[in-house]
Formats: sequence, structure tokens, C-alpha cells
Amino acid sequence: MESAVTSGARIGDRPRPKKNYLNETKGFKSWALTVDHKRIGIMYLVGTLTAFLMGGIFALLVRLTLLTPAHKIFGLQVTAETYNRFFTLHGAVMVFLFIIPSIPGSLTNFVLPLMLGAKDVAFPRLNLASFYLWCVGAVMAISSMIIGAVDTGWTFYTPYSTTTSGTVTLMTAAVFVLGFSSIFTGLNFIATVHKLRAPGMGWFDMPLFVWAMYSTALIQILATPVLGITLVLLMLERVFQIGIFDSRIGGDPVLFQHFFWFYSHPAVYIMILPGMAIISELIPTFSRKTIFGYRAMAYASVSLALVSFIVWGHHMFVAGESELATVVFSALTFLVAIPSGVKVFNWITTMYQGNISLETPMLYAIAFLMLFTIGGLTGIFLGTLSTDVHLTDTYFVVAHFHYVMMGGTVTAFIGGLYYWWPKMTGRMYAERWGQVTAVIWFIGFNATFMPQFILGSRGMPRRYYNYLDQFQPLHVFSTVGSWIIGLSLFMTAAVLLASLRKPADAPDNPWGGTTLEWQTSSPPITHNFEEQPVLEHEPYDYRPKAVTH
Amino acid sequence: MDWLRAWMMPPQGSAFAKEIDFVYMALFWLSVVLFLMIAIPSVYFPWRYRYKRGRVTPHQTHNTTLEVLWSVGPLILCVGIFFWGLNGWMKYAVAPGEAMEISVTAKQWLWQFEYPDGSRTINDIHVPINKPVKFTMTSEDVLHDFYVPDMRVKHDIIPGRYTQIWFTPTVLGKHNFTCAEYCGKDHSGMKGFLTVDNDTDFAKWMETGGTEWEDYFNGKDPKKTPADWGKITYERVGCNSCHNVDGTKSKGPTWKGVYGSMVELNNGTSVLADEAYVKESMMSPQAKIVKGFEPIMPTFQGLLKQNQINGLVAYIESLK
Amino acid sequence: MSTTTTDVHAHGGHGEDAHNSHHQHHFATMEQQFDTAKLGMWLFIVTEILLFGGLFVGFGLMQHQYPREFIEAHEHLKQDIFGRLVPLYGTLNTMVLLISSWTMVMGVNAARTNQQKKTVRYLVITILLACVFLCVKYVEYAHKFHDGLLPGIFYAHQSEDLIKGTHGYATFFAFYFMMTGLHGIHVLVGIGLLSWLAVRTKRGDFNSEYYTPLDLVGLYWHVVDMIWIYLFPLYYLIS
Repeated sequence: MESAVTSGARIGDRPRPKKNYLNETKGFKSWALTVDHKRIGIMYLVGTLTAFLMGGIFALLVRLTLLTPAHKIFGLQVTAETYNRFFTLHGAVMVFLFIIPSIPGSLTNFVLPLMLGAKDVAFPRLNLASFYLWCVGAVMAISSMIIGAVDTGWTFYTPYSTTTSGTVTLMTAAVFVLGFSSIFTGLNFIATVHKLRAPGMGWFDMPLFVWAMYSTALIQILATPVLGITLVLLMLERVFQIGIFDSRIGGDPVLFQHFFWFYSHPAVYIMILPGMAIISELIPTFSRKTIFGYRAMAYASVSLALVSFIVWGHHMFVAGESELATVVFSALTFLVAIPSGVKVFNWITTMYQGNISLETPMLYAIAFLMLFTIGGLTGIFLGTLSTDVHLTDTYFVVAHFHYVMMGGTVTAFIGGLYYWWPKMTGRMYAERWGQVTAVIWFIGFNATFMPQFILGSRGMPRRYYNYLDQFQPLHVFSTVGSWIIGLSLFMTAAVLLASLRKPADAPDNPWGGTTLEWQTSSPPITHNFEEQPVLEHEPYDYRPKAVTH
Repeated sequence: MDWLRAWMMPPQGSAFAKEIDFVYMALFWLSVVLFLMIAIPSVYFPWRYRYKRGRVTPHQTHNTTLEVLWSVGPLILCVGIFFWGLNGWMKYAVAPGEAMEISVTAKQWLWQFEYPDGSRTINDIHVPINKPVKFTMTSEDVLHDFYVPDMRVKHDIIPGRYTQIWFTPTVLGKHNFTCAEYCGKDHSGMKGFLTVDNDTDFAKWMETGGTEWEDYFNGKDPKKTPADWGKITYERVGCNSCHNVDGTKSKGPTWKGVYGSMVELNNGTSVLADEAYVKESMMSPQAKIVKGFEPIMPTFQGLLKQNQINGLVAYIESLK
Repeated sequence: MSTTTTDVHAHGGHGEDAHNSHHQHHFATMEQQFDTAKLGMWLFIVTEILLFGGLFVGFGLMQHQYPREFIEAHEHLKQDIFGRLVPLYGTLNTMVLLISSWTMVMGVNAARTNQQKKTVRYLVITILLACVFLCVKYVEYAHKFHDGLLPGIFYAHQSEDLIKGTHGYATFFAFYFMMTGLHGIHVLVGIGLLSWLAVRTKRGDFNSEYYTPLDLVGLYWHVVDMIWIYLFPLYYLIS
């Protein structure tokens, strides 16, 4: 395929700046006390990817334990209690330390101000504080694992979580702190989008990445405080037995689930919207065609954020909520499928009659389309009341959420990482190898999680250490799949890190993107733009221009 | 294509199963179609519209008709699926009046079942075929969930509350059930078998009074003797409302020291309180009235299983 | 795909405002900076409201669960004045906070009109009033501890409680301490912020061109007051 990537020559005749945000100031303090959103983004990237590694190791341990009925890993016996800790920590680390903070903290932090033509986010010091709160939360979470570990599942359902031994209180306190990190990030982005757009950039001139991140930020500030107070109530129940969730002293265990899912359902949209944000950048860029249905996409993002608040009860169809609630929540859940569908259709239509090249980011974007679609469609099985009774609390649910969170968000994250890597580091990675990682990722992911749909529909419950013999072949298949995923991620790390050994000579705009971050150098100077950019065209406009800069 | 359904789903053990499997397969095929509608263009377009230097793409910003179609179309589809699911679910949600009620008490990490006649079993339950049965469930400690995959039913079990499921089994034989709400260390060990019997076999099963008593008669646990079972029965069946075991008089004579003694009756005669006497007192209490007491004891004919009778005898004997 | 550029940093200044030392450079003007800061503060307030909101919802649900116990427990928050039970401490605290909100407004206003000494004075009065609030709270809490009216498992009131063997009173006091405690922590944080503001005002940091921190902390203080306005009837006026 003809290469679409422009060579090292820069667009226009601007000389490459000698100093950029990476080398302008040096030393530990210049990073530790930075208020530059780009540096903070890099620190978040390193932190959240480390958390991803940790969560991934727990995942591999879970899958290794399930490989055989003997539950031995390299000769060491894994007990049921240890296994319960593995899956709890896998979930808690992935949800709270990785997937919620990662895209907003790293890629968005880096790219959003650039896309808006701004010099930084609205509150740079708050941005740094967000990062340090993340660090504190991470330290607390890791401490809780070392001191005693948690075995409640990442959902902390009562009364098990209020009565079990283990460092539940410390872990929930860690999540509380991480919640504030998330709130401050969301607050920062909202203010930035409202106040720091370049002259000439109205709301409907912003990239769709910004719309989706804005929607994410809305959820972050509205939903996360409710999680905060739920965790406080949980901690107080554990320590003081206040009697809100424990039925022996007059409380209601199902109340915890209502409080918990009131946050946690919107939270899954905090997870997927940033992924969708990235896809909305990748597809028009690599199709060299304007995005189809810009307004619909913008509205879909916001409506996903809003509707996400009224469907939490679909996690509780068999949990003891009232019949009326069950019916209402099922109906509303179907509503939330529509904006997601609209987005997928718009992305496909963008590709139609495009001028498409399949660089690594685009391969990940296409993988996203397929994997997210499967994830979304399987959500329908779960939103449908009669089938949900059979499928809830089984491996079907596990497969569904991995398809949307991992097949969706993580796929998009990796694609975005490749996409903005030249911008962030000034280096181009080895393209062929990158493409190989995408193919291996797609194969490994499906191999791991497709069998889990079958395990679920055949009746295997989730969080199960032992299982019926008939399930073993599928478990073996799934475990081998997890190794393929590991291989792909290891390769991606190698590809990206290897690129750092080259000199920083990436062009301003290797992909021919239309958004403002591509109008500055790779890597950008500390103040982002040499002169304040003023927007003069529609977003994603690929029509040939009479004049170029 | 039934082989596909049979591969993906457990055996169909109830009337529900057929209906839910039908919905599931319909959604499955719908998903396949919708997936292909996305996947095929995802793969075809990059080939058909592959990059050519200098090619200009059309500036297609929107198409109102198309966008409305693919918003409203799926919406209608979703509404339809919602009602279809609701329909099936409503049947699941309300048990018919004539359903046999079995009480379930879940606790870490075993299942206790109790039949209407008081018989109890642990982890092993039998139900008659083609008759609706409903399970009224509560927990003694944390959340659990009763899940019978073959029947396609499941519901959480909550401490301090009663929740319910029901179904009509349509296939004889053993069906597994399992806990489906994480409850701690042995969550995955908390399972059992639900056996669907024909009427004869079920009647035979009910005669034995469940399986709980077996542990007290097999000599495996020194703390579980027949006399211990007798004590449990003494409390459960209500003997304790009229008979004390500490020597004091109540509405009925005390059991302490009775066994093997000479008992004075209200007609002046005395009898030996041996096993036959004890058993007769349960079945025909009016036959012999102890002096100083009223003839108020009801008969337990047909209300006590053999194992309960044996246990009570052993218990009374132990109260020297 | 081109963008034209305009150079807002026209040589010699930034428009009218001779480069204010507080001007952060990612903002084009001081006004933009101030507006943004205000927006940020309002967003933060939204999160605070949701935080307390969760507790209010929880309280409401528990009140529904234990109606009689909750109503009876409310009486323990009142004081016996000349033979009648009145919410003396609660009312006192409400008055104190309301006045402190007024002094806060006056302080911000004084800053806006360049009256440094007056600003400091009003800030100090606000701080003193906040301290009075906390002292009254301390007295209230001390009484509760003394009477065994404690949360959850620690509830040990020697009882004229009407309903025996119920967990309702313990739950009530759990929520009482949680909500007033969380509010009290916010008052304490407020005292810290106000003190810092007083110090900065004395140092001459603020003037009619730049008084943003005063404005924002003022906003925070009003929200703290407002939350109390909801807590007060909920806990002290129901009977």
C-alpha cells in the first residue's frame, strides 16, 4: 500500500524549535513541580500504564489459576482465598487505577489544550494536584494489597464487604482519594472547554474528541461524589456499624448496590467515551474524509453522558429491586443503545468513499469498531429481562464488559497512543511492527473473551474458582488467548520504547490531521504554539485549500 | 440449527428454558447480522477505498434521512425486544398459587431446603416433574444467589429478606444448581443437585423426610447421635411446648427420667415406659393418660417421619 | 487547513491591564482568568452538593425505615430552657453562620473597593464567628458523648427511649455525626482558608483589580452556610 505518511520534511518552512516541552527544563524538580499539561500527561501515562501492567499480571494469574482443576501455577498451589484476591485486585486496579484515569489523565491532558489552541488547561496547578492525588491513591491501594489484600470483588457488595477481614477500609479509602483525582480532572476540562477555546472556535467547531471528553468530564463531576459518599458510608459501616447496609442491625444490603451503581454505571461511560473520543479522531484522519454526522456525534456524546445516569438498576435485575424498578430500568437501558449505535454508523459512513490507509492507529480503530460492536450487542442480551435472568452473574457478563472496556476503550487507547506518539515524543515508531501488534491484539482478545460468552450462557457463574469439568476446554482456550494479548502488549511496549532511541525528527503532522495539535511542532514547545492560533475552518475539513500556511 | 443452541445453552429443564432459549437465539442471530453490517464495511472499505495519492474525498457532512432512519429503526427494534423480554420475565416474576413452596436458607457455604411438611435436606433436593415449585429464600449471613442453569432461573438471596423464584421442571433427572453471587472463600463450592422425579419416586423421597437426619444416624460424627437428632426434633415439631426435660411439670409430663420407669396412669394402673409405650404416646396419645394430666395431647400420626420417631425415642432414652 | 495568527502579545503590553503579577499566561486577559476561576469554583460546589446529597438521601431512607425512633431521637438535639425543649445550640449556630456569611460579603466588597484594613477586619470577624460555631458544636458533641448518644455500635444511652431493642436510634446518631461532622470539617477548612486570605490581604496581595481568591472562598463559605441551612431544620426543627 502506498505510504500516506509524510516524510521527515515539515509542513511549511518553520524551522524545528531547539527547545520543546521535554528538554526546555531539566531535572527531577522541573517534572515533579511542573504545571505543564503535557508533562503531567506524560507522568499520568507512565503511572497508569504501570497500573495496567499490575492489573494485567493479576489477570494472567486469574487465567492461569483457571487453566486446570488443580489450580497450580508453576507448581505453586493457588487457594480459593488467593484466587478471590486475584480477581478482586485485578478489577479494582484496572477500574480505579487504570481505565478511569488513563485516557483523561494522559492523552486528553496532552492533546485537549492543543486541540483548542490553548496554552494549557484552565487550572494547571489543580492538574498537578490531580496527578498527585492519583499517586497517593495508588500508594494506598498497593499498601492495602501488601498489608492484607481484599477479596470482596471490585464491587464491594455488603454485607460481605462490611464483615470480612482484610484491608477493605484502606482500599476503599484509596478509591475515595482516586475519586477526587478524577473529579478535579473533570472540573479542569469543563472549565478549559468553556473558557479557553481559540478565537473563532465555537462549540460546533471543536473536534469531536473534545465533545466526548467534555461529556466524560460532566459524568466525572456529577457521579464521582456519590461514589465518594458511598465509600464513606461503607467505611463507617465497617468501623462503627452504623446500620445502613447490615440487615442484622436494621440496614439494607440492596441499598448499597443502589448507591454503588448510581456512580458505577455512569463510570463505565467515563471509561468508554474517551475511547470513542479517540476513534472520532482516528477515522477521519486515516480516511482523509470529513467526519459524517458531526452534530449527531456531538449530541450523542452528551446524551450518553446524561442517559447513563438513569440506567443503574440494570445491574440489579435479580438483586432484589422492585418489579417496577426492574421494568423501568430495562426500558431506559435500551434507550442508551441508540446513541452508541449512531456513533458506530457515523464512523463507518465516514470511511465510505474515503481515501484510507491502514497505519497502526487505523488498524486499532477498525478493531475497535468490531470489538465494541460485539460488546454493545451483547449488552442487549443483558438488558432484555428474560434472558438477563439466565445470563446475569455469569461469565457472559464478564465477556460483555471486557469487550466494551477492553475491546473498546483499551483498543482505542492503544490506537491513540500510536497516533499521538510522534506528537508527544517527536519520534515515529516502526510502522510495520505496530501493525503486527494490532493484528495480534485482535486475535488474542477474541480468543480470550469469545469463549467466555459460551461459558456464561452454559451456566458458569462468575468469580468462580472451581468449575464443572465440561467447562475446561473453553477455559484453556481463554487462558491461551490471554497469553496472546500479553504478547501483543509486550510488543507494543517494545515498539514504542524502541522509537525513543531514534532522534526526535518527527514531522509536525505525519498523518495529515486537521486538528490544531498538528499545527505545532512534534514535540510541541512548552507554550504549545508560537503564536495564538485562530480557527478559520470547519472541523475535519479535507477539501483542498487554495492557500496553505 | 438446534445443535448451536444446544452447544451454547444448558439442557432445557423447564418450560421457561424453551422460551428463553428462543429469545436468546433470536438475539444471537440479530447480533450476527448487525455485527456483519459493521464488520464487513470495516474490512471492505479500507480495501475498496484504499489510499491513492492526490485523490480527493467527497465532503459528506451528514444525511438527515439516513441518520433518522438509523436512529429510529434501532429504537423501534429496541422497543420490540424490550417488550419481548418483559413478557417472558413477567411469567418468571410471579409464581402460580398452586406451586409447592420450598424454603431455602443459604449460608456460607451450603444450602438448606425445607419442604412444606417440615422435612429438611442439605444441598440435595428433589422435586416432582411437571408441577410448579417455588423457592422462598433467605440468607443467614451474606448475599447468595440461587441459580439453576437448566431451568434458566436465578435470584439473589438477601439476609433479612425473603426473595423468590419458581419454575415448572419438565425433564427428569439431575440438574445442578449453584451460588451465583460472590459470597467468600467457598463461593464456587456452594452447589448441589436438583433431582426431578416422577410422582412415585418423589413420594418415596418425601417419605424419608429429607436427608438432613442421615448425618445423625450414620455414626460418622460423634456429636451427631440419634439422640441429638431427637432433641432437634423435640424443638422443631413443638414437643417442647408441653413437655420439659428438666424434671418440672408442664402441660404434659416431663421426659426426664421417664424412659424405663413405671408410669402411673389416671385409671390407677401402672405401665413400663418402654419404646413401645413412647411410640404409642406419639401416635395414640389418648390411649394412656398419665395421672394428674389432662387428655390434651394431639396425635402425631402421619406427621412424624420414621427417622424423627427413632430420634425422639433415642432422646427420651438419653434423659435419665 | 490553515490558520491565521494574531499576536495578542502586542509589544508593550497586554491591552489595558499593565501586566498584573497574578496574570497567568495561558489566559488572554485577567477577566478571562477571573471568569474561569469562578466557573471552576461553581463546578467544585456542584460536586460538594452531590457529596452531601448522597447523605441526605441516605438519611431520608433511614428516616423512612425508623420513623418513630428518628422523631424521638430528634428531641435529644434540643436543650431544656425553662422547662421547654428548644433547639438552642442549633439556632445559635444558624445565627452565627448567617452573620458570618454577611461579614464575608462585606469583606469581599471591601476588597473590591480597595479598603484593605476593612477587608482584614471582616475576615477576622468571619473567622471568629466560625470558631464560635465550632465551639458550640464541641459543646453539643460533648453532651452527646456524655449521654451515650453515639453512632452505631457505640450507642449506649441510658434510656428513656420509648422503643427498646431497635437499631433506629443508633442509626440516627450515626447520620447525625456523619453529616454534622462532615459539615464541621468543611467549616474548619473554611477557617484555614479565611486565615490564609487574611494574611495575604494584610500583605497587600489584593486590590480592586485582583481579589479572585476572596471571591472564590466567599463562594465556598456561602455554600457551607447553605448546607447548614438544610441540616438545621432536618435535625433540629423536626419534632
